[in-house]
Amino acid sequence: MTEGLIGGLVVALVAAPMGCFILWRRMVFFGAAVSHSALLGVALGLALGINVTAGVVLTAAAVAVMLVILRRDKRLADDTILGVVAHGALALGLIALAFLKGPGIDLEAVLFGDIGSITRSDLVWIFAGGGAGLVVLAAIWKPLLAMTVHEEMAVIEGAPVAVIRMVFMLTLAVVVGVALKVVGALLIVSLLIIPAAAARRLTMGPESMAAIAAVIGVVSVLGGLQAHVAWGVPAGPAVVVVAVLVFGLTFGVGVRNLIRSDPGPN
Amino acid sequence: MPHLPRGTLAMDSGTPQSVLRAENVSLVLGAQSILSGVDLAVAPGESVTLVGPNGAGKTMLLRVLMGLVAPTSGVVARRSGLRVGYLPQTLAPDPILPMDVRRFVGIGSDASQSRRSQALDEVGIGDLSRRPLHELSGGEMRRAMLARALLRDPEILVMDEPVQGVDLAGQVELYDRIAKVKTDNGSAVLMVSHDLNLVMAATDRVICLNHHVCCEGAPESVRGNAEYRALFGDDVESLAVYTHHHDHAHRADGEVVPLEQAHD
Repeated sequence: MTEGLIGGLVVALVAAPMGCFILWRRMVFFGAAVSHSALLGVALGLALGINVTAGVVLTAAAVAVMLVILRRDKRLADDTILGVVAHGALALGLIALAFLKGPGIDLEAVLFGDIGSITRSDLVWIFAGGGAGLVVLAAIWKPLLAMTVHEEMAVIEGAPVAVIRMVFMLTLAVVVGVALKVVGALLIVSLLIIPAAAARRLTMGPESMAAIAAVIGVVSVLGGLQAHVAWGVPAGPAVVVVAVLVFGLTFGVGVRNLIRSDPGPN
Repeated sequence: MPHLPRGTLAMDSGTPQSVLRAENVSLVLGAQSILSGVDLAVAPGESVTLVGPNGAGKTMLLRVLMGLVAPTSGVVARRSGLRVGYLPQTLAPDPILPMDVRRFVGIGSDASQSRRSQALDEVGIGDLSRRPLHELSGGEMRRAMLARALLRDPEILVMDEPVQGVDLAGQVELYDRIAKVKTDNGSAVLMVSHDLNLVMAATDRVICLNHHVCCEGAPESVRGNAEYRALFGDDVESLAVYTHHHDHAHRADGEVVPLEQAHD
């Protein structure tokens, strides 16, 4: 369980800044589509006999790149393409796992996470992937923020926008890979967006939003695991529920600020 | 041959190397010819304004010059590593991204907090530094965008309709500010405008574009050009070039203030 706790905290830390960009760039559905492909990744990893995390990262990266290419066809709306790919990947993953069914495959764990099963060697992957994700996000933070504010402005002022977009996608794939064991394919996206969404109401700046999202993510993991240990509720969903509760609390703060706020002389 | 200091760009037949140059640029989109045979160069520290009727290809030429669109034929050359400060035509801040004005003006540079405050003071919105970006008015947003671009210490400031959405008094002041950029920062300025008269007072050279370059030159000489007059018709007669002196200034909110108080 200690391994699970440490793994969960690392994932919460890297998911926070990633989740902020997913909100700012309106990529929630994109994140969901990539996360759902994790199922297929698990099957791929098992079928090829490679590390499952590696299989998930590779599949998620492939799906992310495919989405970027498919979205260039403007005859279909983005959400249509995302819907097709997300559910296609999910269905394909379910079929692939059904074929591979045998000892060591727990569908529920893949879908909803199994934090208790995190081992030392999983932790190595989580630290490597999570650490790399944080380092890469810090490195591309400024140009990524600039292109989020105004993409053409960033291009004209010399930001390598295409490269940064691709690096961001690949980082998302890595985060999906390391988060899989903690919250599962269906709930990964909630760990990305709910702490960030809760942090939005409490902050005035992008960096502070990422920091507060990280704190909320950590609190959610701690609270969720506590509930898991105390009441035997499934850990992954418990983490998500705690995050949702924090999100709900920030509504109270937001409402109070609205009432208090004085528009001032204009 | 005079000795050039290390790092100085080679001179080309006595003229200083331009920061930005287009040679015989044409652009065809679908069956439509948007630009044909456009030659244009911006010298260091020079202020150039593209004017022309709506649909003349001004914004498209700017996009080609900035490398966003590849020309169908012709060559665009920018000085290598050219530091551009860009003001987009529109920037609608999204409230989902938490960002106050002082954070926004730091985008694209590593300017310290005190340099940011100074830049905001210089464009007259020093008191808005902690205001969320999406709460700014059109004129305040323009000023914030100008401050941001200037903090990059640009070699060329590029603006597409820099006074769009700004009231007349604000327009006059923004153009004054832009004219000052050249003298204060030594930065070249390239802007697109469809308004003729205000902009002419703030620029060294006007290029009149209607898919091709109709005419170019100092503002006053362009105004006398027959092709230019044909394009713009009565506007030329009814409005004088707006060169003037101020006996007062305006704060970002439009309030009248004495001159010395407005800029610091």
